[in-house]
Amino acid sequence: MANALINAPKTAKRGDTIEIKALILHPMETGFRPGTNGRMIPRNIIEHFSARWNGEEIFAMTFSPAIAANPFVSFFTVAKESGKIDFLWTGDEDFRVTESVAITVT
Amino acid sequence: MRLRYLGLALVSIFVASWAAAQSGGGDQRRTGYQDMSAPLQQMEDDDTANPGMLFVQAGEILWNAPAGKANKACADCHSAVDKSMKGVAARYPAFAKDTDTLVDLDGRINLCRTGQQQADALKPESQDILALSAYVTRASRGLPIAPPADPRLVKVRAEGEVLFKRREGQLNLSCANCHDDNAGRKLAGATIPQGHPTAYPVYRSEWQTVGSLQRRLRNCMIGMRSEPYAYNSAEYVALEAYLMDRAKGLKIESPGIRP
Repeated sequence: MANALINAPKTAKRGDTIEIKALILHPMETGFRPGTNGRMIPRNIIEHFSARWNGEEIFAMTFSPAIAANPFVSFFTVAKESGKIDFLWTGDEDFRVTESVAITVT
Repeated sequence: MRLRYLGLALVSIFVASWAAAQSGGGDQRRTGYQDMSAPLQQMEDDDTANPGMLFVQAGEILWNAPAGKANKACADCHSAVDKSMKGVAARYPAFAKDTDTLVDLDGRINLCRTGQQQADALKPESQDILALSAYVTRASRGLPIAPPADPRLVKVRAEGEVLFKRREGQLNLSCANCHDDNAGRKLAGATIPQGHPTAYPVYRSEWQTVGSLQRRLRNCMIGMRSEPYAYNSAEYVALEAYLMDRAKGLKIESPGIRP
């Protein structure tokens, strides 16, 4: 089960600065914690997050083990053209989640 | 001159709000929400920033997914959740219809699973039970807690009250020592809440996940060096019944956020 919540405006004026927020369900296990049996729990984190506007990358970040569970990312971008914003999270244990939202620029 | 008026206005606003806070219409009850910092309150109120909503979303998928030997989904018997489940979470714990089985909301969901769907009961605190319970409770958001008038519940609540007020554990504390006698004061830098279960299932940043009221009770019991009850034990359900009655009329805010 992997799910994400995206908060982005549905419409924007050309040239406007808009804020986009992305929240995803993930344990972000650091790899530095022993489990109840005393053995280390293997690392399981999101390694990379990116956002593409009609295929062009507008934001990307690399995650570290110090980031808390269910990471919430907020960033700003300038509205240029109508289309689709694609979000991609990738990480340990073949974690891969995509999500997209449509936006109309007038 | 202007400054003096401003000062006067500020003083009168302060006095008015202080008076309002003191009287409070006779109801001195406060929920943890009111004692949280503004950023946390905003996080709870914004559905796209509230991580509890991830569980609500997952619950919606489970609600509509057929399960068990009967191959039935919750949605097959119950209509849309905002109609059929409205106010339901505000009533539990209660006796399951036509039986003598006392259940909280999670227990009720599991009764449906084993009875109607003929599936295995979901494990306590598993992601699936929390997701379903968050989804169902969400339909009661903003509604007042309304425990049913079932006469059998009077005894249960009384048992819960005894447990709430009984000292136990190596620290020899009762729930009431903190949440009745010292609510609003500080414990290790955190404000002690009055302990009204309005936000459950709740997303606690300390847990980094959603948890049930039973997990929260277990948490307190470990804190007072007492041996926690087993999940779904009669003691927890009695405590839940007492707490819900104590918080009668307060509004459900699940999925809540707590530090």
